[in-house]
Amino acid sequence: MKYVSEFRDPTLARHLAQKLADAVQPGRTYRFMEFCGGHTHALARYGVLDLLPPQVQMIHGPGCPVCVLPIGRIDMAIELAQRPGVILASYGDTLRVPASRQLSLIRARAQGADVRIVYAVDDALALARAHPDREVVFLAIGFETTTPPTAVALQAAEREGLHNFSVLCNHVLTPAAMHAILDQPEHVPLDGLVGPAHVSTIIGTQPYEVFASRYHLPVVIAGFEPLDMMQAILMLVQQVNEGRAEVENEFTRAVTPQGNTRAQALVHEVFELRDDFAWRGLDRIPHSALRLRPAYARFDAEQRFGLQDRSVPDHPQCLCGPILRGQRQPVDCKLFGTVCTPDNPMGACMVSSEGACAAHYAYGRHRAPTATTAATTSAVPTELSPSP
Amino acid sequence: MSPIKPGYVRPLDLKQGRIDLTHGAGGRASHQLVQEVFHPAFARTWPLHHGQPWRPGGDDGTVLPMPDHLPVGHRLVLATDAHVVSPLFFPGGDIGQLAVHGTVNDLAMMGATPLHLTVSFILEEGLPLADLVRIAQSMADAAREAGVAIVTGDTKVVERGKGDGAYLSTAGLGWVAPDVRLSGTHAQVGDAIVLSGPIGEHGLAVLSQREGLQFDSPIVSDTAPLNGLVQTMLSTGARLHVLRDPTRGGVATSLNEIAAASGVGMVLDEAAIPLQPAVQGACELMGLDPLYLANEGKLLALCHPDDVETLLAAMRAHPLGAQARCIGTVTEDPHHFVQMRTAFGGCRMLDWLMGDPLPRIC
Repeated sequence: MKYVSEFRDPTLARHLAQKLADAVQPGRTYRFMEFCGGHTHALARYGVLDLLPPQVQMIHGPGCPVCVLPIGRIDMAIELAQRPGVILASYGDTLRVPASRQLSLIRARAQGADVRIVYAVDDALALARAHPDREVVFLAIGFETTTPPTAVALQAAEREGLHNFSVLCNHVLTPAAMHAILDQPEHVPLDGLVGPAHVSTIIGTQPYEVFASRYHLPVVIAGFEPLDMMQAILMLVQQVNEGRAEVENEFTRAVTPQGNTRAQALVHEVFELRDDFAWRGLDRIPHSALRLRPAYARFDAEQRFGLQDRSVPDHPQCLCGPILRGQRQPVDCKLFGTVCTPDNPMGACMVSSEGACAAHYAYGRHRAPTATTAATTSAVPTELSPSP
Repeated sequence: MSPIKPGYVRPLDLKQGRIDLTHGAGGRASHQLVQEVFHPAFARTWPLHHGQPWRPGGDDGTVLPMPDHLPVGHRLVLATDAHVVSPLFFPGGDIGQLAVHGTVNDLAMMGATPLHLTVSFILEEGLPLADLVRIAQSMADAAREAGVAIVTGDTKVVERGKGDGAYLSTAGLGWVAPDVRLSGTHAQVGDAIVLSGPIGEHGLAVLSQREGLQFDSPIVSDTAPLNGLVQTMLSTGARLHVLRDPTRGGVATSLNEIAAASGVGMVLDEAAIPLQPAVQGACELMGLDPLYLANEGKLLALCHPDDVETLLAAMRAHPLGAQARCIGTVTEDPHHFVQMRTAFGGCRMLDWLMGDPLPRIC
């Protein structure tokens, strides 16, 4: 198919695989983190991992919006959905994320809460227009890619005077999460980062410069097609070999250094930085998420309904945290594939198709389990260590 | 003298009328619905019996003539299928056609020759009678094409808001020859896996209608009766072990069911799986995987590897199998995994469908 098959060409893939095999130096490993869940999914779905030389290890990052949403925020959404008169509009994936009291949004729905699946924030606006007697709350999640549409919707609600529409805002920021991973004392040793595709169309390449300069890490921004990923990995290997640490852009057909400045301005007009925000697996990260500006306060569901942000610990045996930090692999988790499956997820990484566990379960389970990553520089906290 | 006609019943208004609760109450209105909507449509499917048109008796059940001269050793096959598709009419088909094809194809996948169908309608108060007539006519057309008779049925009506226009449930009876023994448990290591044509069309046709999506080349449902194609395949003498129509859950889920039931693994070749460019494009756009989309006119066949060329030649000579391809092989695998060599050059698993990405498609 035009404009797609060009980026999945098996002949080019073999060619790139050969170039990679020639480029890697024997006796050393190359550990690259793909930050973005879209990349995790693509690696597994197209079988890209089979074409990489054994020296190259891909470590899954936390870039899956459903996965990083902590239990406390889902609890908040459930509490809201259970209130009489409220319609909670959410993307489909979020419905299955397990929360407290053995609930999830989908289970709350079965108990009578009015939770509707929407494909875009526009659908939530339409619900608000169609049900003027109900409170319609949009459960907004996602990185920089999904924030501009939420901003557009809020402006529309303002313009139309839609008094029954509000947003439970969980929009988070990519660079903040990258800092959090790299600043952890026991962080995984990394040789480079595969930068996000769609996020970078909004924020551009400039925000990644700090990772090259401060952490001396090569960064290559890659598209989501499998050839994009192989090309980006080759570029990372070349940087490592040459001792360079630069931000390079493989996804030039969509990403510019400045990004989408109109979208940035829009987001800036509607949202402001939170002091900090809880991430699943990464604890509270300062300046890592957005909330509505005071001018839009009446559309802010947290203020409108007086919701409290409570922190709720994950299931004690769930390794989502270390997996999101790149310290563990899905198969290291005792719950993986037994207690925790995509049909009955215990942790968020098993919920979204972009989650590391779900991707490995659906696409990579046939592989012989590799030895535990052994990728951490210092010991993992004992309660999270797999049993011998 | 007044022109009173003592036996007169005013005909249903089939253009403007709507289903109301009386049509399901079992009284005169129910009777009238059967007489004026269902009988005229389904009569076109009724067989001749001893040279005379066969008519149902209006009793609680239908007494059927035995299939003529079925030799000893033939067996009967019974199958049933329920349909809740929304919308009722979609590009390439409607719920009536789907209800006939669904059961006919279930019988065909057992290697059976379908004979008779029953149908139950659960109608929602307010359904336009014109829609019901259209559904009944479409069922009759589909039944005639498949060579089956719709011989008995039932109608219930639920209050407005408690149904979605119409739900249909069909059951079908057919016979199967003594030497035909097909089952999802019969896959053998080394078997070739054959797919009769391009996938994903039904699921996408329904979805695009529902979501109001327009494509340059419209995607239409592939709904079709597969019993003719199956008879062609059986007549080749190829050693067929399993037939399965990959409806809900798609090709990926059907193959996982077979692998689990037979205790085998499978390896597919992604590049060999036929796919229309329009379907591929729509899937890219919506983030769907065609291997998990429903088909209503395709089949998977597992056969002895030495017979695959004979089988493919016969299938390709039939209009419903023109694009048949061998897409993989059955392997030994203690985990019963279905794996796929990706077109890109790697390998991945193909798992069961998780959750329900596209509800109410059949």
